Amino acid sequence: MSGLFLIEQALNGLQLGLMLFLLAAGLTLVFGVMDMINLAHGSLYMVGAFLAAWLVNWSGSFLLGVFGAIVLTALFGMLLEATVLRTLYARDHLSQVLATFALILIINDGTKMIFGNDLPLSTPQALSGPIEILPGLMYSSWRLLLIAVGLVVALLMYVLVQKTRMGALVRAGASNREMSTVMGVNVTQLFTLVFGIGAALCAVAGSLLGPLLAVQVGMGENILILAFVVIVIGGIGSIRGALVGALLVGVVDTLGRTLLQQALREALPPQWASAAGPALASISVYVLMAAMLVFRPQGLFPVRS
Amino acid sequence: MRLKHIATFVCLVMALTLPWALQAAGVDFYVSVVSRMVVYAIAATSLNLLIGYGGMISLGHAAFFGLGAYSTGILLSEGVQSAGLHLLVIGLVTGVMALLIGAISLRTRGVYFIMITLAFAQMLFYLANSVKGYGGDEGLTVKVRSLLPGGMSLQEPATLYYVALALLAGVLFFLHRFTGSRFGRAVQALRDDEVRAEALGLPTFACKLVIFVVAGVVCGIAGGLSVNLQGYVSPNELYWTQSATLMVMVILGGVGTLWGGVLGAVALLLLQEVLSAYTPYFEFWMGWVLLAVVLFARNGLAGMSASLAQWRARL
Amino acid sequence: MSSTVLLDVRRLNKRFGGVVATDQVDLQITQGEIHALIGPNGAGKTTLVAQLAGQVPSDSGSVHFDGMDITRMATHLRARRGLVRSFQITRLFKSMSVLDNLALAIQASLGQVFSAWRPVKQDVDLQDRAMAILVRLGLADKHHWRIEQLSHGEQRALEVGMSLAGNPKLVLLDEPLAGMGLQESEAMTQLIDSLRRDFSVLLIEHDVEAVFRLADTVSVLVSGRIVASGKPADVRTNPAVTAAYLGAAQ
Repeated sequence: MSGLFLIEQALNGLQLGLMLFLLAAGLTLVFGVMDMINLAHGSLYMVGAFLAAWLVNWSGSFLLGVFGAIVLTALFGMLLEATVLRTLYARDHLSQVLATFALILIINDGTKMIFGNDLPLSTPQALSGPIEILPGLMYSSWRLLLIAVGLVVALLMYVLVQKTRMGALVRAGASNREMSTVMGVNVTQLFTLVFGIGAALCAVAGSLLGPLLAVQVGMGENILILAFVVIVIGGIGSIRGALVGALLVGVVDTLGRTLLQQALREALPPQWASAAGPALASISVYVLMAAMLVFRPQGLFPVRS
Repeated sequence: MRLKHIATFVCLVMALTLPWALQAAGVDFYVSVVSRMVVYAIAATSLNLLIGYGGMISLGHAAFFGLGAYSTGILLSEGVQSAGLHLLVIGLVTGVMALLIGAISLRTRGVYFIMITLAFAQMLFYLANSVKGYGGDEGLTVKVRSLLPGGMSLQEPATLYYVALALLAGVLFFLHRFTGSRFGRAVQALRDDEVRAEALGLPTFACKLVIFVVAGVVCGIAGGLSVNLQGYVSPNELYWTQSATLMVMVILGGVGTLWGGVLGAVALLLLQEVLSAYTPYFEFWMGWVLLAVVLFARNGLAGMSASLAQWRARL
Repeated sequence: MSSTVLLDVRRLNKRFGGVVATDQVDLQITQGEIHALIGPNGAGKTTLVAQLAGQVPSDSGSVHFDGMDITRMATHLRARRGLVRSFQITRLFKSMSVLDNLALAIQASLGQVFSAWRPVKQDVDLQDRAMAILVRLGLADKHHWRIEQLSHGEQRALEVGMSLAGNPKLVLLDEPLAGMGLQESEAMTQLIDSLRRDFSVLLIEHDVEAVFRLADTVSVLVSGRIVASGKPADVRTNPAVTAAYLGAAQ
């Protein structure tokens, strides 16, 4: 197992982690500030991917397609929040599960009706080849872009949450919701805005991952659960936690898949190893989550007061 | 009160004579459709015990359904057909698994409990996905079925239907007795206020664990019936969306009510049957119905009958 | 009134991070007495009650109850042995009727838990015992009511009644008069007074007048420490107590 191979896998893990962060950031704020379980968050990711695919193919320009998708998804997210989701803040978790699950069904089939079961989305010509980042190591330029975008977004989120007034309000809301309402923060408007940003981030992840993972109905359900794992590990309500948690999950999942597969290939017959590797990698992510919930349920960066 | 008894009696008669009626109408393939509703009614009732009576919101209950289905499926694919043995193995596998998962998960509360039950179910999903010897991600198909003592096979739609119905009746009857019993009162008390229950002397952890295990085993039995019904079990039956669907059935039917699981399962599956005959996009319309229920019928279908009674009383 | 020590607390300590909540607390409650615990806000009274009930683990020190070391015993086991608490904020079982709440309390104290077949309603003995307590609380005619239909004062009375249901040896009453009007306070004070014959009581209260009327012994808790303990009249005139109250208030 060469060092270059390890670096390549580590970069893949970084890329997955940063994309997970985009999803987890929006989710952790909704869960943290409004104490709402939103199962439809993955659907925003799917909608973003479909809109990007459609706009890119229609306009011929990747950039236009992605930006269009981001804006439209953000608007869609805010519409969802202002109509249905807002009524759920006061309800119990069971009602939230039922309602947001219903939204998954509606959005999934709705997408199918409008766009079909899947849409093609390929990387722009300029970025579809590999580049040599280290002597002897060729790495996909598209994945490098993802890493770059992810880091830029993480930086922007840091600035937004730590340095702006809005960010301070959100942080206050995350740590003590009643207090911030009492202090006159217009939580309703703030919340719709936060939701819009979360939806926009989902769209970024969706359009960037689309070429890699295929744009198809149901792509949201898988990544949603990973996003929940991330925010549990990181700490519900914490952006910093979402970043650290996402990187952790991304790296464990990616490295786990390949390293375990290689290790198991020595011990087990090939068809067992090829199945057991990814399974164990996925299982280990959930073991991490379960361990965190038992020993340190508030996560790596506790926020709630 | 009397109306309720009459309604129950009528439903019972209808349920018992259903296979003959469908055969007479020439649509006896519907027996399997109804059997599926009964199987899910058992599963949903088990989750209702956990959520509604025990106050433990688990998003990983489908794992027990899957464990029961796989236990039976694996035994069947190895040629072991005794229903009694299947029941025993389901009881052991799901019971031990529920004991382990419960003992760990019940150390957490609220949203953390929801997440940790989800985590365990996902672990089992990936495990099922990787057992290449028994189908792996493609699932396990079985050619034979469970045999009852006396030789009757669950391959016969009517036989499976009556067995499932009998099990459902048994589950409901025990649930009814449980509700008014000491254990039932203890569990409902700790659902209402666990701190107080404990402060009064109730061993709350032990109570919750017992409920968790019972709910898991009953759901496992439903899974065993399911593999007999479909001749197939797939890892997808352990995926979180299946747990969410079971939860939807419970909420739809009425959390914490005796018939909540039955009403919810029947309503959801019936809706699915009817809508899918008209459009491939039936989930779209189902979503709207569910949304309407959450927003307007807060106590589910069982709650609606109570609201209806209140409304009539006011007239 | 006998002089056997029922509850013996020695050098009990508890920190939460940097904050000392309980500081070397010594406390003895003798059988048959009403022992009041007073102190300014934030003194640590509720934390102490939680430690005695077993809900908060102590860092060090010991708690002996009825001759047994219960320092590490679980909450529900302490309740089974006769050490029961009531709560400052009413905690009742909202899905059950008033009578069923009490029946559950009695059932819990008797350890009758894992019986899943016979209906509780058929146990005449249990139902009669619950009814008897309701009579004592003045709630007999409301036995079939839901909890939310009761007034605040009635709920507080039921709250206290729940702790008494199992015939405990020692009841920890956490601010039973909290949030009560004059009339309700009077009724509750009389109720607590009547307990004297049957139970030993640790009474946490802010209402100083009620305390000095009811208590046989008064202990004063300030910043987690017991600064004085003795007969009400002595404690009242103790200069260290007034100084500590004023000092804590600053």
